[in-house]
Amino acid sequence: MTQKMILAALVASPFLAVTLPVHAEGDYNAKARALIKGDFKPRGQAAIDRVYEDALQAVCNRTNNNPSAENTKRLEADQLAQVKYPADGKLMGDWKKGERLAQSGRGFTWSDKASDPVGGNCYNCHQISPKETAYGTVGPSLMHYGKLRGNTAEIQKYTYDKIFNAKAYNACSDMPRFGHVEALKPDQIKDLVALLLDPESPVNK
Amino acid sequence: MKKPRLASLLGGVCALCFSASALAQEIDHAKADAEFAKFRAEMEDNNPAELNEMKGEELWKAKRGPKNVSLAESCDLGLGLGKLEGAYVQMPRHFADADKVMDTERRIVWCMTEKQGFKFDDIAKKPFQGGNDANAPDITNLVMFVAGHSRNKPFAVNLKDPKVRDVFEIGKEVAKYRAGPYDFSCGTCHGSDGKRIRMQNLPNLSTKEGAAKAVMGWPAYRMTGGVALTMQWRMNDCFRQQRFPEPKYASDVITSLLTYMTASANGVVYGGPGIKR
Repeated sequence: MTQKMILAALVASPFLAVTLPVHAEGDYNAKARALIKGDFKPRGQAAIDRVYEDALQAVCNRTNNNPSAENTKRLEADQLAQVKYPADGKLMGDWKKGERLAQSGRGFTWSDKASDPVGGNCYNCHQISPKETAYGTVGPSLMHYGKLRGNTAEIQKYTYDKIFNAKAYNACSDMPRFGHVEALKPDQIKDLVALLLDPESPVNK
Repeated sequence: MKKPRLASLLGGVCALCFSASALAQEIDHAKADAEFAKFRAEMEDNNPAELNEMKGEELWKAKRGPKNVSLAESCDLGLGLGKLEGAYVQMPRHFADADKVMDTERRIVWCMTEKQGFKFDDIAKKPFQGGNDANAPDITNLVMFVAGHSRNKPFAVNLKDPKVRDVFEIGKEVAKYRAGPYDFSCGTCHGSDGKRIRMQNLPNLSTKEGAAKAVMGWPAYRMTGGVALTMQWRMNDCFRQQRFPEPKYASDVITSLLTYMTASANGVVYGGPGIKR
């Protein structure tokens, strides 16, 4: 499987899951994918289509999360182009709401109700406010995020984009695409941006 | 076999609640982990899973099912009919009669359907104990019993068998497969050293040490809900948190992951059925 073939499919329909050619025998990656497609069943809100890759996942899965520089650039640009912004054009909301959202790790599992609010999952993986000591370490520490970077328009946009779609800046990032998959709405992402950038937020004290 | 003393067990549980919350404030994660390990070691002398092992023994020896035969006289776990010592730590293995690589739970299910005449769908309908269920399903008790006969034996999955090796390599790739709304694979959380979700340490499955941590202590008595659970259940719960749909019970995808993880822990001594948070 070449990256060119995937990218050709990707460019032809950038917003849809792509159909990919079958791998040769002996390709364990392809065998694993075939197995996964047959060995799951829907449960709760987790429909079977969740085991199918979208175009970006397909590239990451076939390149060990390390696409060529050229393809990385194209994927990131494609993801960035799909970021949606709040109607009022402001990117900083209420850091207190952001903190509450950051605390919740709920949402999207088969045991969560589809109608229940989805959490930001932030503390699952990041250190953020120094007041919360039960934080995960899968992602980098975000303590003093705004203190270190300021809160210029550029930083606000980068931070908003990153939360909306982490793959816009790192094609095969471990971080979910919270806005892209509509787990979080633009207004909620604004609140998270404020948690990270507002000088009044405990993150920056 | 020693009977668990439930009063001392409950006392121990509450002591843990208190000390765990105190430790959380100190942000001393390593210490908290060591504390639980110590607690677990004490608990495992009185593991309620021993009750499941005893029930499993009765089930193993009893003539059951439409064909009215016992597993003891009909089920080959890879070492000969009815042979138990060390069978658990050598699975998954390839079984010629089924022409499949099977993990322990799947093999017992196979024996129950092929030898005793039970229906697969009846077993698969409710294979795991829920928080409101008084008893664990028969299959869990049987897995507990079989696993108990590999206590203090090293994991020894036969990767020299090309059929096992194939399944191992597929499992390694399954662990890397990203999909679903959050783009998660097993490896997102379990692919590098020293990671945590909140306070929970995440073993790195791509290392021998991490794989050993992951397979050690299963099947287990789980204090949350007070239930007995198998490695199959643990794989289910990982996929749930990965935001995937549910893996089919006793399917190839689960066997492939168990082969990858168990064989990666080859050489490490298995402690028998354990206790989990």
